[in-house]
Amino acid sequence: MADFMLQLLLTFDATLRLATPLILCAMAGIFSERSGIVDISLEGKLLSGAFVAAAVTALTGSPWIGLMAAICASVFMSLIHGFACITHRGDQVVSGLAINILASGLTIIIGIALFKKGGQTPALSSDERFRGIEWFGVNLMDNIPIIGTIYRQLISGHSLLVYMALLAVPLCAFILYRTRYGLRLRAVGEKPESVDSAGVSVAWLRYRALIIGGIFCGIAGAYLSISHGANFVREMSAGKGYIALAAVIFGNWRPIKAFYACLLFGFLDAATSRLQGVDIPLIGEIPIQLMLAIPYIVTVLLLAGFIGRPTPPAAIGVPYEK
Amino acid sequence: MKLKTTLMTAAFSMAATIAMGADFKPAVIYDMGGKFDKSFNEGVWAGVKKFTDETGVEVMEFEVTNEAQREQAMTRMVQRGATVVLGVGFAQADAIDKIAGENPDVQFSIIDVSWLDKPNLRQYAFKEQEGSYIVGVAAAMASETGKVGFVGGMDIPLIRAFGCGYVQGVKATKADAEVFENMTGTTPTAWNDPAKGAELTQGQIDRGADVIYQAAGGTGVGVIQAAKDAGKLSIGVDSNQNHMAPGSVLTSMLKRVDVAAYSTFKDAMDGNFTAGVQNLGLAEGGVGWALDENNAELITPEIKAAIEDATAKIVSGDVVVHDYRADNTCPM
Repeated sequence: MADFMLQLLLTFDATLRLATPLILCAMAGIFSERSGIVDISLEGKLLSGAFVAAAVTALTGSPWIGLMAAICASVFMSLIHGFACITHRGDQVVSGLAINILASGLTIIIGIALFKKGGQTPALSSDERFRGIEWFGVNLMDNIPIIGTIYRQLISGHSLLVYMALLAVPLCAFILYRTRYGLRLRAVGEKPESVDSAGVSVAWLRYRALIIGGIFCGIAGAYLSISHGANFVREMSAGKGYIALAAVIFGNWRPIKAFYACLLFGFLDAATSRLQGVDIPLIGEIPIQLMLAIPYIVTVLLLAGFIGRPTPPAAIGVPYEK
Repeated sequence: MKLKTTLMTAAFSMAATIAMGADFKPAVIYDMGGKFDKSFNEGVWAGVKKFTDETGVEVMEFEVTNEAQREQAMTRMVQRGATVVLGVGFAQADAIDKIAGENPDVQFSIIDVSWLDKPNLRQYAFKEQEGSYIVGVAAAMASETGKVGFVGGMDIPLIRAFGCGYVQGVKATKADAEVFENMTGTTPTAWNDPAKGAELTQGQIDRGADVIYQAAGGTGVGVIQAAKDAGKLSIGVDSNQNHMAPGSVLTSMLKRVDVAAYSTFKDAMDGNFTAGVQNLGLAEGGVGWALDENNAELITPEIKAAIEDATAKIVSGDVVVHDYRADNTCPM
């Protein structure tokens, strides 16, 4: 039983690690979609962030410079998206897809040109990464049963970027619902005419939303390549941007709900990883194929019934013309 | 008039090329990743280089950067008078099958393919199960907990064959050893998900594994990293990956694609080219294990002796490693 508890705890621990890029991307998605811009380019921004973080860290030796560079790269991608679909009123889905393809090709080409490793970047040493932080008093807390273990395994020991992701959620909720900018942002996604007639620039509001999204995606990318991992591997985002977008829809474009959706996806991922080939009491060993299919089955079930009808921002996907 | 002259010159030079084509002219088409990918393609490049160094014959090269180029590149090589064309990797199978059919006078060869049938096409397949068996022996010897792991990429019979060979090697060395086998996914993204690879590895380590073998492409980078972060051992695959985390990668299962590349050109040059499937195993030097300065301290004399013993037994036929692909089951 104690062993089972520990395994469960370790699964929750893995959930946090796997959910971190999803949470950050989902927050990015919420900002951009709440402002009325469809953002399927989360994947591309995540990937370019991951590449730039790993490449710059490998070249400079500092993960902080890598993180900053990743944010810049991802914001730059956001600005391209904005330029195409805010300034020039292009189709937002097409522009987003273009960014994903651009990121996929560009990261590999630049990677091969810089490092000659088939698109990978060199492996980083431990002090060139954001590693887990031991919290104060971990060894002291160990004396307390259960709570000590939870404290050690679940709360302490994650990388700085994981805690940043967790803090991003209340921050987003605060910005969206408690600030003037948030109010205008929500308005611009519902009825841009009203914002415009109040004398506020629709384009500038949307650009700012995309920039904020770029910052979050950049951090998420850096997490993949210089915190959780130690180098960039081609296509390493592996669809996480799309899953984050699904989480945004699951969460009905609300930060807290989207956060729960990300945790659910992270948990399913962690559980399928850990339960492969494990004898589960009463059930026995579940075949790998079924195990790997579970996240998809759950997604379909949730979408089909358990989640209420999602209500997207009214003006989403519509370029604003005066 | 001028155009006519140009055309005639062009026709003449083409005729000259074809005439020269009677000579020996090798060509290789590297696949995505490029020839310095520190992996599969670079292995082929090593074999090509060895051939050029020994014989002085230059090999025409092309590096494919997107899917559509494979067929074009092969046609182009044939037009340029290549007499033997080597394709790298199963992704080129369809292209080479088509071009080989269209050019029956040109010899073709492809690595990692065994299911095609053309009279002018040689195919190289590897007995990955044998290489995996011997690294399984090493894993069982190096493990202190008696528990070892395997992380596969996409769940396909090839990767099952890696896992199955590994389990056989582990169990033959330590009958009571426990092997955790995980697959990353069922879609091609499973080859490029180091984050998932790291989590699978962490999960196995949490259950007590202390040596983890990966056959998972880019995902495997995460496996090696996670093992290093946890202070455990990992085993690399395909090419020598010992350098990726020196002192933490126990060894690497080598697929000697350089041997396939070298022998393709050497046989073609000497007039010994044969079509059909060549199965390269331990006996043919087609698979093996890596020992260099990065893992010299990890490979104790006992481990080395055990690997060599297992190798000798497989080569002599005393031990037959079951191939998962033969009947889609693993006896273990």
